[in-house]
Amino acid sequence: MVDDQGQQVGAGSALAPGGRPAPRAGASAPAASVVGVRVAGGTLNDDLRAIRVVWKRELIRFSRNRIRIVTSLVQPILFLFVLGTGLSPILSGSDHFNFRTFMFPGVIGMTVLFTAIFSAISIVWDREFGFLREMLVAPVHRSALVLGKCLGGATVATIQGAIMLALAGAVGVPYHPLMLLILIGEIALTAFALTVFGVLMASRISQIEAFQVVTQMVVLPMFFLSGAIFPTSKLPQWLAVLTKIDPLSYAVDPLRRTVFSQIALSPRLNALLNPGVTWNGWRLPTLLELAMVAVAAGVMLFVAILQFSRTD
Amino acid sequence: MSRTEPQGQAVVDASGTAGQHSIAVEGLAKSYGDLVAVKGVTFNVDAGETFGFLGPNGAGKSTTISMLCTLVDPTSGRATVAGFDVVTQRSSVRQHIGLVFQDTTLDDYLTAAENLKFHAELYGVPRASVARRLADVMEMVGLADRADSLVRTFSGGMKRRLEIARGLLHSPRVLFLDEPTVGLDPQTRSNIWEYVTELKRREGITLFLTTHYMDEAEYCDRIAIMDHGSIVAIDTPEALKASIGEDRVELHTADDTAAIAALADRFGIDASVSEGAVAFHVAAGEQFVPRLFAELGVGITSIRVARPTLDDVFMTYTGRTIRDAEASSGDRLRSSPFMRARRG
Repeated sequence: MVDDQGQQVGAGSALAPGGRPAPRAGASAPAASVVGVRVAGGTLNDDLRAIRVVWKRELIRFSRNRIRIVTSLVQPILFLFVLGTGLSPILSGSDHFNFRTFMFPGVIGMTVLFTAIFSAISIVWDREFGFLREMLVAPVHRSALVLGKCLGGATVATIQGAIMLALAGAVGVPYHPLMLLILIGEIALTAFALTVFGVLMASRISQIEAFQVVTQMVVLPMFFLSGAIFPTSKLPQWLAVLTKIDPLSYAVDPLRRTVFSQIALSPRLNALLNPGVTWNGWRLPTLLELAMVAVAAGVMLFVAILQFSRTD
Repeated sequence: MSRTEPQGQAVVDASGTAGQHSIAVEGLAKSYGDLVAVKGVTFNVDAGETFGFLGPNGAGKSTTISMLCTLVDPTSGRATVAGFDVVTQRSSVRQHIGLVFQDTTLDDYLTAAENLKFHAELYGVPRASVARRLADVMEMVGLADRADSLVRTFSGGMKRRLEIARGLLHSPRVLFLDEPTVGLDPQTRSNIWEYVTELKRREGITLFLTTHYMDEAEYCDRIAIMDHGSIVAIDTPEALKASIGEDRVELHTADDTAAIAALADRFGIDASVSEGAVAFHVAAGEQFVPRLFAELGVGITSIRVARPTLDDVFMTYTGRTIRDAEASSGDRLRSSPFMRARRG
């Protein structure tokens, strides 16, 4: 029997009209019930269904875990209102600038980072508890499963990031509609790239214990070097180089520029707090930074799909 | 050993033509580096048949089933399942089989119904029939009233039944059950078998299962006994037992070593100590008992004569009991990344 035949006969003919399976053992079973069984994993429609259901599962699990939603907001709020307020006196001086405003885009980036990585790494749990196998044995392309997972994690991280936007007023950022819209777009792109990054790491991790290692060795350095919590304008050379190597810098900077576009600031403070990412003195335009994030996401997605498509 | 058709079972395949193989395997082999997990097995399973793989852990059962389910690529040989090649028509094979693994593969944080809906979407079950089919399979395994409960609230037996329901959801032609009752209590085990027997009757599908419980192998139309990566015997349970033709005698004696020596000297019987008793096989066991008492010359404290069981069959073909075999081999063959076990 050829795969194509099944598809042409179409979905569902294996089932009798009542939704019950066609009788198989009886002599009266029509020969058509064999060719009528559809063949999944070939058509675009099958893959779209798979992407959608994997995505939906992420959202169901997220919405059911209210404690996770709340606790994952505690950390950014601590950073913003405790650390941000604590550091404000050092910086404000004559210009009377609220350091919380500086930290706001960085803390959004942090929220997205931790949510996205946590969602992606849940693959390791799925592997441990067996559910990953249920997905991997399905007659769909692995690429659809990986993409569904990445989109699901990205959606969850975008929602968490968007919740943080509600705090804008509390840190002196106006609720400018276009700014908020652009921010959500940037958050979504960042969330997707970071989820893909997490999924790629998860493809190489087989033990839950390794999650701690990943957090300590990868996620925290990425966070600290990204310019999320301190300005990168007056750093010693070695640290400045590290911040430019950190891919997250290229996702945090667009967020900060978008926020700062709506804030009146002296040129001196702007240069200090919003220096952007520079290569050899040249400041990268926002669109280039976003394009780099998108390309990185695409490349990592490709590698992650390859990783999950291997068989023994 | 001759291959006999399953007894009392009409062999009719999905298209209504008798005798077509639901699973056809030829010289299927798998090695992991130097380790040969499966050494070229050949067998066929007819449509509608319940076929069992019997053997200790590490005998190659799981590796064989993984190859048939397209999860592991064979090193050599070929196999078709439901008419599709397991290497070149992977998607088609997956579409037509249901899988119930020995380790649970459910999402604990979803409800039973959500787990099944997830499966229906992945397997492309027509949307219009999902609700009906879902209710059907949940009814079949007796979980209809728990459809909206989170799976994490389920007992081990309920989870296994839910997995069986899910394996059937997309109306597969072959249902693979890898150790379907391992780790469950006897009551639940027998319930699972009731469900499996009933749904096989209703769905008319081919069942392929692995087990290392001898009593469960009795549910099969035919059994393949596997040891060290090879099939050592394949037939109906009755034929296998009849092929031994001898009863099993177990003695408790005052001096086991002397008894074994005496059995060899006076009767020419090759006995061995198994599970604390002197065990051997002999034709017409009941008639042999009086001679034994009269001529053995070693004090007998108790004696048991039993008709051959599949355990005896296993012992005859492999030279050890399945429990001894279990003890000597670990889980060394379960090395596939997707097959990592989480034994309960």
